[in-house]
Amino acid sequence: MRTVSLGQSVAMIPDGASLMIGGFMAVGTPERIIDEIVRQKKRDLTVIANDTAMSGKGIGKLVDAKLVRKLIASHIGLNPETQRQMTADELEVELVPQGTLVERIRAGGHGLGGILTPTGIGTLAAKGKQVIAVEGKDYLLETALRADFALVQAFLADYLGNLSYALTARNFNPVIAMAADTVIASADHIMPTGVLSPDQIVTPAPVVDYLVANS
Amino acid sequence: MEPQTIIARRIARELSPGMLVNLGIGIPTLVAHRLPAGLHVFFQSENGLIGTGAPPEEGMAHPMLTDAAGRPVTALPGASTFDSAMSFGLIRGGHLDLTVLGGLQVDQMGRLANWMIPDKMVPGMGGAMDLVTGAKRVIVAMQHTAKGKAKIVKSCALPVTSVRAVDLVVTELAVIAFRDGCATLLETGPGITAAEVAAVTEAELVIPPHVPEMTL
Repeated sequence: MRTVSLGQSVAMIPDGASLMIGGFMAVGTPERIIDEIVRQKKRDLTVIANDTAMSGKGIGKLVDAKLVRKLIASHIGLNPETQRQMTADELEVELVPQGTLVERIRAGGHGLGGILTPTGIGTLAAKGKQVIAVEGKDYLLETALRADFALVQAFLADYLGNLSYALTARNFNPVIAMAADTVIASADHIMPTGVLSPDQIVTPAPVVDYLVANS
Repeated sequence: MEPQTIIARRIARELSPGMLVNLGIGIPTLVAHRLPAGLHVFFQSENGLIGTGAPPEEGMAHPMLTDAAGRPVTALPGASTFDSAMSFGLIRGGHLDLTVLGGLQVDQMGRLANWMIPDKMVPGMGGAMDLVTGAKRVIVAMQHTAKGKAKIVKSCALPVTSVRAVDLVVTELAVIAFRDGCATLLETGPGITAAEVAAVTEAELVIPPHVPEMTL
C-alpha cells in the first residue's frame, strides 16, 4: 500500500478505464477524487455505481462533464442529466437491480463466476440472461463484475490502509474495494496505525493499493 | 380525509411490534407518521440502515446519515448500519417482514408494475425488484385511479417489477388481497360501496357477500 497525493491517484487512471465508485446518492462518494477526475479531464469512462446522484453532486459531476461513456447502475431517476444523455444516446446505460448489482460486484471480488438470483425473473431485467432452475425454482444467472479501479470513500483509515466506514456512507464501498484491479481509497480521517481496532476494520489493508493523503 | 392519509393510516394497522419494514418513497413513507404511540418496528433504509427515524430538526442533519433518496434522517436508539450486500441480503433473503411500495399498475394476478413507463420514465428499478421478490409480505400503497384510469387492471401493460404476487393493495377506496390468481375485495374506503370500487377497477374483483369499511 502506498500513500499518494490526490493528483497522483487520478493520474494513474487512463482514459477509457472502468471505475467502480462508492456512494449512494453521493453519500459515501470520494468527492475530491471525482473533482480531480473532472479537473484532469479523464474521458470515455465506464462507471459502475449504485446511481449518479444529482447534477453537481458526486458521480453527477462526471456526467455533467460528459466524461462517462458507459454506466452500469441501479437507479438514475434523480438525475435528469443522466436520463437526458441516455435518451440522446450520448451515454450507454445498463440498469441492474440494486441487489443484483451489489452481488455481481461481490462475486467479482470474491472469486466467483457469477450468482443465481430470483430477482428479475419474468421482467425486462431477465432479457438476454440465462435462466437456471434449482430444486424447482427459477433463477437468473448473473455474471461477476470487476473493474480496473475502485474509488472508495472510507471514514477512518490507518497508515497501513485498513479502512472503516460510517453510517450510510458505507453502502457499496466495502464491496467494490474487493472487485477492482487497483483500489484507491480516500478517507475522512487518517489515523496512526493501531488506533483502529481489529474488530472495527471492515476493509483489511492488503486489499487497498493507494491511500490518498489529505491535502 | 386526503387519499394519501387514508392509505397511510390503513397500512399502519398492518404493522406489528418488532417487524422489519421497508417503506418506499412517496405515499409509503407516510405510514411511518401514522404508527400508534408505543408501537416499535424496525424501519430499514436500503442504503444500509435499520432503525431509520424521523427527519432531523433544522441544522441537525449529518451528511452521512440519509435515507435511500439521499434525504437526512435520524437513527433511533438500537439502530444498526451495514453495507449494501448485507442490505440486499436482508431484502432478498426473506428477512424483511414487510415492504410497502408505490404502484403504477397491479394486475389480476397480483403482479406489480412500478418502475418504468417505456419512452417516458426510465429511472431504473433500484431496489424495487429485490423488495417485491424477497420480502415476506408486499403491500402496494397507491391511489385507485390515475387521471381517471383504473390502476388495478386485468393485465399490466407497463413492465412488471416481479412475477411474485403482492399480498395487498391499499387505495383510498379499497383494500384488495391477491391469492391464487384472484383479486378479492376485503374492505372499502370510508363511505365507499363495493359497487363504486368495482366501477373503477378493471381487474375482475371477487366481492364477498359482506365487505366491511376500513377501520383507520
